[in-house]
Amino acid sequence: MHKIEVKNLTKIFGGNPKEGLKRLQAGEEKTKILKETGMTIGVDNASFYVKQGEFFVIMGLSGSGKSTLIRLINRLIEPTSGEVLIDGENITTMNKKELIAIRRKKLSMVFQNFALFPNRTVQENVEYGLEIQGHPKDDRAKKAIKAIHDVGLKGYEASYPNQLSGGMQQRVGLARALANDSDILLMDEAFSALDPLIRKEMQDELLRLQNKLGKTIIFITHDLDEALKLGDRIAIMKNGSIVQLGTAEEILENPANDYVSNFVEDVDRSKVLVAGQIMKQPDLITTWKDGPRVAVRKMEEAGLSSIFVVDKDKQLKGILTIDAAINAYKENKWVEDVLEHDFHSTTFDTPLNDLIGIAAESRFPIAVTENNRLLGIIVRVSILSGLILGKEQKEAIL
Amino acid sequence: MNYFFFPLEDWTNQFVDNWLLPVLGDFFNSFSGVLSIFINAVTNLFTFIPAEVIAIILALLAWRFAGKGMAIFTIIGALYLGSVDLWTGAMQTLSIVIVATFFSIVVGIPLGILTAKNRTLDHIVRPILDFMQTLPSFVYLIPAILLFGLGEVPAVISTFVFATPPAVRMTSLAIKQVPADIVEAAKAFGSTSWQLLVKVQLPNAIPTIMAGINQTIMLALSMAVIASMIGSPGLGSIVLSGISSVNVGLGLTGGLGIVVLAIILDRITQGLGKKA
Repeated sequence: MHKIEVKNLTKIFGGNPKEGLKRLQAGEEKTKILKETGMTIGVDNASFYVKQGEFFVIMGLSGSGKSTLIRLINRLIEPTSGEVLIDGENITTMNKKELIAIRRKKLSMVFQNFALFPNRTVQENVEYGLEIQGHPKDDRAKKAIKAIHDVGLKGYEASYPNQLSGGMQQRVGLARALANDSDILLMDEAFSALDPLIRKEMQDELLRLQNKLGKTIIFITHDLDEALKLGDRIAIMKNGSIVQLGTAEEILENPANDYVSNFVEDVDRSKVLVAGQIMKQPDLITTWKDGPRVAVRKMEEAGLSSIFVVDKDKQLKGILTIDAAINAYKENKWVEDVLEHDFHSTTFDTPLNDLIGIAAESRFPIAVTENNRLLGIIVRVSILSGLILGKEQKEAIL
Repeated sequence: MNYFFFPLEDWTNQFVDNWLLPVLGDFFNSFSGVLSIFINAVTNLFTFIPAEVIAIILALLAWRFAGKGMAIFTIIGALYLGSVDLWTGAMQTLSIVIVATFFSIVVGIPLGILTAKNRTLDHIVRPILDFMQTLPSFVYLIPAILLFGLGEVPAVISTFVFATPPAVRMTSLAIKQVPADIVEAAKAFGSTSWQLLVKVQLPNAIPTIMAGINQTIMLALSMAVIASMIGSPGLGSIVLSGISSVNVGLGLTGGLGIVVLAIILDRITQGLGKKA
């Protein structure tokens, strides 16, 4: 038995869904049904299963029915036909009481626009699920505070949602879902409203939490890169139907149809990525104001063994290793006196392929420069991930 | 256009004379009696408490909810009401407003919640509210006298009729305006309908509901004045006697009293809505 099983799930919006269903099953085109009856097919005969602890991503563009599909799973939208089994129990035939019980115990949801209760503090928001179940106050406070710490919002318990940034608000949304201790997380475009840097951070955070907590996650997104990064398996939706379902590799290597390959093309471009697209903002020290002591502290903070040094005009002066910096500090030398120069530098337009060899033999990050001005640095990991997923880093530096 | 004659007038009169009064007359009488006790209790309370105490309480409320300026205005207004010998009248009007508003809220807010949740009920209630708001008040002042006699009771009843619609409408609007996504979130976590209402919808609807209550109070005040025509005591009756004796000074004196009372009530309840 799988954690979640979806069988022939269909949702038709409009006046007479039974007739729509009949037409749909008779094989009529969706556009024809819409034209003649005014009914929209939200989800068309979707079937899939999700394993215990699996990270299942449903990807599609807007209007593809993915948000409808996720709401059919916890029955925020009533299905027209088909079944949703959660731990073998059919949610589509449950009465109101059973439905409320299963939503409380097994299904938690995170929303695109956070959907936090504006009149409640962070902690009260996170406690909501437990509160309506009638948990005693100190018990739910304890669980809520733990969830808040888990998502890295320690210290914000008493804040109100409108005092937080978007990324922090979604952390609250996540904590609210986690506090419930349900084994299934439904995430509806949970990170789509966040800017790229914060989104990446949240993705990493979610993967970390998933590793730790082993939840079963259904994650909706319109972003293929996000899908590839997060999903154990990915379902791609178009016009209410699932057009392909498989692991990231399967989908990349073997797109089921033009629709999917159109998406995947975007990813293939990563093979022609250039240095400028995968470089990242370096941790820097500047000769005219930072001494060796600052350099050591910066490296320690960032967990680096070396750091690039620039002057006032961002002209690259050299690279400082942590050992050299400590020596300079002890012997009271200037940073300039202990710099090393045997790092590689490259230009913004150098293709990624040309950098692989250099990266392998160099013990320092590669500097991306223009007229000896430091634009960014490339570490080995960026090259590797750049080869797999291109666009994300691109977004991250924009 | 008179292709046929529609004897609405006769029918209505026959209905009232032959059925409403003989059959339900006693019921209305006893209802009237109960309501009258309630109104008198409130009026007695307000006239029993020394004017100075009430003025200070009002000023404190004004200070708390509408600021220092409004507190000063309240004191000046109270001094004015006292100096033109209208304090008792103002308290009588205030009592009618408070009792009518109380009933309007008790009926209006639950009804507003129900209409927000039930579309059929909404379709039924809406034309009734239109009717209550647009029908000239004199039209129901007449049957109010027949059923409830003269005095405060028909005043409260007709004030209730006139002042309830905004409470219903604004409550309904307030509930509908609660963002759909937080309602969805509440449902997704397994809220019962009651929990959804009490924990999510009502707390987020309060500012708009308070605006509705403010409107209810204002309408109640304007109606309490008109109701002086059916023998309701208070500031309205001062104005009425000013009109009937062509005494411009008396009319203005009473009219200003009403304005003072209106401003104080309005600012306090508005502030209450903003603070909530």
